[in-house]
Amino acid sequence: MRSGTRTWVDTTIGIAVCAVLLFPLYWMVNVSLTRPQDLLRPRPHLFPTDPTFDGYTAALSTQLPSLVTSMIIGVSTVALTLAISLPAAYAMSKLKTRATGPVLFLLLIAQMIPGVVLVMALFALYAQVGLINTYPGLVLANATASVPLAVIILRAFMLQIPDELIDAARIDGASSWRAFRSVVVPLSRNAVVTASLFSFLFAWADFLNARSLTQGNSIVPFTLALFRFIGAETTNWNAVMATAVIASVPAVVLLVVAQRYVAAGVTTGAVKD
Amino acid sequence: MTDTARAVSRAATPGAADRARSPRRGRLSATQWTGLGFIAPLVAFLAIFLMVPIGRGIVLSTQEWTIRSFVTGEAPFVGLRNYADVLTNPVFPQIAWQTFLFVTVSLVFQYVLGLTLAVFFARRFPLSTTLRSLILLPWLLPLVVSATTWRWMFNQDFGIINSLLGGADIGWLTDTSVSLWAVIIANIWLGIPFNMVLLYGGIQGISEGLYEAASLDGAGPWRKFFSITLPLLRPVSAVTLLLGLVYTIKVFDVIWVMTRGGPVNSSHILSTWAYQISFEADRDLGTGSAVAQLLVVVCLVFGFLYIRAQRKEAQS
Repeated sequence: MRSGTRTWVDTTIGIAVCAVLLFPLYWMVNVSLTRPQDLLRPRPHLFPTDPTFDGYTAALSTQLPSLVTSMIIGVSTVALTLAISLPAAYAMSKLKTRATGPVLFLLLIAQMIPGVVLVMALFALYAQVGLINTYPGLVLANATASVPLAVIILRAFMLQIPDELIDAARIDGASSWRAFRSVVVPLSRNAVVTASLFSFLFAWADFLNARSLTQGNSIVPFTLALFRFIGAETTNWNAVMATAVIASVPAVVLLVVAQRYVAAGVTTGAVKD
Repeated sequence: MTDTARAVSRAATPGAADRARSPRRGRLSATQWTGLGFIAPLVAFLAIFLMVPIGRGIVLSTQEWTIRSFVTGEAPFVGLRNYADVLTNPVFPQIAWQTFLFVTVSLVFQYVLGLTLAVFFARRFPLSTTLRSLILLPWLLPLVVSATTWRWMFNQDFGIINSLLGGADIGWLTDTSVSLWAVIIANIWLGIPFNMVLLYGGIQGISEGLYEAASLDGAGPWRKFFSITLPLLRPVSAVTLLLGLVYTIKVFDVIWVMTRGGPVNSSHILSTWAYQISFEADRDLGTGSAVAQLLVVVCLVFGFLYIRAQRKEAQS
């Protein structure tokens, strides 16, 4: 009985800790629902007593194009990342390429180099080849962050796929490419989903590349739009926070989905002995 | 989540097994050629978007960059002058010190709070799994979104933080003596989930039997923490802190959105300063790159310490 009470004490503490840690997120939602005149007072209300959806209306009418832009960049980055990472992960797990060691080392370096450093050099390079202000330029720059992680996730997963499955396909006359496409990729579905989700989140959240490699209004993802929004003098903060809330939705949805996939485990039931 | 993090950190180290398996013959076998074909796009991508930019960055740091250069992409060679400019700049010692403060204070608090949460959630109680994954949310949100929220919370006149402090009148983002602390607080908050995930994974790896044996010997919770959890967690702690350091020194978005390094440089760290020199103010990409190279050196030094710590952890 005593231990039963104690676990509920733990749960209560846990909920309180969570509430404190997630307070900024609550505040974002609260401000997005508050009327502008109520925002400009020294003691803000802790709850949206007179909720308004004007912020969301304003956000959707002005920020929708930027959200679409971010979506295009995110999806393209995922496609490029998978196109590069999937075959490479296959070579580095199942074909035992000798290049594996050196490439893994390069991937680690790629993860350590600060984005600020890369973007300066990319800016100089892009200026020479005309990639400033282009979607491919941004997508390629975003892929420098997502490719290393994707290769590492996919390779770790593929290492667990039993060689017998691939050997069986090869004995049936399948080429390496065929074995890759028809055996390895379908079996790696969970890792592909995980890698895609993280790649999407990286690109969706990118601010540095967008700010440095674009100019003017031709390509404005929501991160950049939000940044310009808060810089303006007469900013309507409930619209800013409404935009922030809308921009958070993919992260929330993807977290829920990713957790399921990550937990789905490794090649369960692929080989029965 | 935890499993991926661990799998990722394990898989990231080029293991001895890979090397032992690869054939040591002089000529490439057919499989080796096929493998090269599959890995070629990645190698090409890394060459063009990692190696070339790294080289170009070094070259940039030796060039005198002007507005004209932004159009042509070309600039005259000036040797090490940009480095001399940076090191003799009166602001440099201040920003180096701020970088040190930002990184160490962030790391200490992220680690201590992350560890506290990890130990707490390892107790397993109703709803613990749900609450633990909820705490990950701040980690997955776009940094611009979180930083924007903190910026409004820290607002001097209408922000909730001054209000919660009993109507204090602190200019969190406008007063040079506190702006660095404002961005540090936001950054600590952002780093807690990362620390919690890695340390929680480490705690799960500690055998339950050790705690049971300690209980039989009459050890209390504090004794168990300091004699079992903390020592056995040392390899994971090393990995967490070193990786955290590399990530913290790279921080850009949070500071840029909250303060842009201001007011009067008071919340700059090396990365935001390098960016400002390159893309704002004078648009001096040469001098900015010189600062950036200093940053690269720091990242690589701690990066290699991280790889070493990780190998040790994988062996243990």
